[in-house]
Amino acid sequence: AAFAGGADDDTLILNDEIEMVTKTAAPDHLSDAMDEIISGWHFRSDETQQLQTDDFENQGMIFADYGAEAWDTVEGSEDKSCASCHGDAAESMVGVAATYPKWNDGAEEVRTLQMQVNDCRTTRMGAEPWKYDSGDAINMEAFVTSHSRGMPVNVAIDGPAEATWLDGKDIYYTRYGQLELACASCHEQNYGNYIRADHLSQGQINGFPTYRLKNAKLNGVHSRFKGCIRDTRAHTFSPGSPEFVALELYVKSRGNGLSVEGPSVRN
Amino acid sequence: MRLTAITAALSLTAGAALAEGVAPDDVSYSDYGEVTVSLSGQPGDATRGREIFANKSQGNCVSCHAVTELADVPFHGEVGPILDGVGSYRTAEELRGIVANAKMTFEGTVMPAFYKTSGFIRPGDGYTGKAAPDDLAPILSAQEIEDVVAFLMTLQDS
Ligand code: HEC
Ligand code: HEC
Ligand code: HEC
Repeated sequence: AAFAGGADDDTLILNDEIEMVTKTAAPDHLSDAMDEIISGWHFRSDETQQLQTDDFENQGMIFADYGAEAWDTVEGSEDKSCASCHGDAAESMVGVAATYPKWNDGAEEVRTLQMQVNDCRTTRMGAEPWKYDSGDAINMEAFVTSHSRGMPVNVAIDGPAEATWLDGKDIYYTRYGQLELACASCHEQNYGNYIRADHLSQGQINGFPTYRLKNAKLNGVHSRFKGCIRDTRAHTFSPGSPEFVALELYVKSRGNGLSVEGPSVRN
Repeated sequence: MRLTAITAALSLTAGAALAEGVAPDDVSYSDYGEVTVSLSGQPGDATRGREIFANKSQGNCVSCHAVTELADVPFHGEVGPILDGVGSYRTAEELRGIVANAKMTFEGTVMPAFYKTSGFIRPGDGYTGKAAPDDLAPILSAQEIEDVVAFLMTLQDS
């Protein structure tokens, strides 16, 4: 019964300027599972969609502005701010979010954007790390991500990142909890269908962080994963856990080719 | 007088069966996934079954299935088939098996098993996100399964 509700055919143009790629051919690694990848934007109501077309209406941008303030704020024992090293984010951060999570050679691990920011905070600024998916961390993620809007998601899944990517893929297809549902049960097999009042999307993360009308704040990828797993009556993983880092890399790679939209607006 | 005595004896037997019932791990499914005996040893109550079907914290069947007869309940899902008339083309034994553990009838289905307590990956304690207790209860009790089956049997072709 897939496609009973389906994705709509609207076009997302940001600030009358940037036309977003919200539907495109699935990346090669997904071609067995689906032909087309679709942004979660297409599954929301016209009213919710509208809020994301203009930075003055997108309440997620208010939080990105808090991130901008933090960018210039000196913190920690080294008397540095992000700007001390990275200058103007509108130049240095362009395209960065599109490639995260990403393998870090020095640390020999796949890092999410939040992990990278915390590494800069602790090792370079001498500041405390931010709690995973906390307000400060999400605001900064939204600010950094906003400088990639309109650019295609492009995470690397081969080379040293491959093992983590495979772990994430495994988690994506595992049927967790007493309801025995995998991410794929809802977001691959049933996108376009209604599950009670919710219109199931492909569960893409090109729009994260997302401002949700439901809780009136910015929401992180791992918090969303946690909520979805909890809804299968499962014992969840925690934000920042290796499982969610791997899952983030895998899910992000399913959106390779869609435009980065974060911060986006969802219900 | 004699008649009352017989009825009393009968309900005693039923009571004994209820006390035993069939535990989730002991349910026996046919090759086609049917379950022939009542899980609680009691008949189901269709009115209660209708509530369980629609109730978010119980069966919540309506989140995946639309049913015309439940027009008063908002937001019917589309993940599973529409169940209008299912009581005409399915037997009670088939329906009991499908509600207890649909995977015995439809291999690999996304429909959850409502009378099952073992074999899960990272089972949780309801919707808390925490780990399940050792004595995990099935999502629906034996009697609730019977009630839902009784409700489904009322969904006849018009
Ligand atoms: C003292 C210098 C310094 C400070 C302060 C600093 N960074 Fe960094 N940052 C770096 C260096 C050097 C790298 C490259 C790290 C690497 O590849 O291991 C980096 C990398 C990054 C990256 C990844 C860029 C990419 O292309 O992969 C992000 C995002 C980032 N920093 C954000 C921040 C934020 C946000 C802050 C403030 C909270 C901050 N940084 C503070 C030096 C700094
Ligand atoms: C029982 C069904 C179900 C399962 C299983 C499930 N989700 Fe979801 N998910 C939803 C619903 C409903 C929504 C809200 C509507 C939407 O955006 O699809 C949602 C939303 C999302 C979103 C937000 C999409 C956006 O555009 O904002 C992401 C990301 C997501 N899910 C990822 C996952 C991942 C990863 C898993 C597995 C760990 C998973 N989901 C498991 C039902 C489910
Ligand atoms: C997460 C989704 C989901 C939930 C919740 C769910 N079902 Fe289903 N159900 C399905 C799907 C999908 C099928 C089709 C079987 C298949 O081929 O996978 C199905 C099939 C059925 C059938 C067989 C229909 C036929 O065509 O013969 C019955 C009866 C049924 N479900 C009843 C229920 C009842 C009663 C509940 C609640 C106690 C329930 N379902 C909860 C998804 C669901």
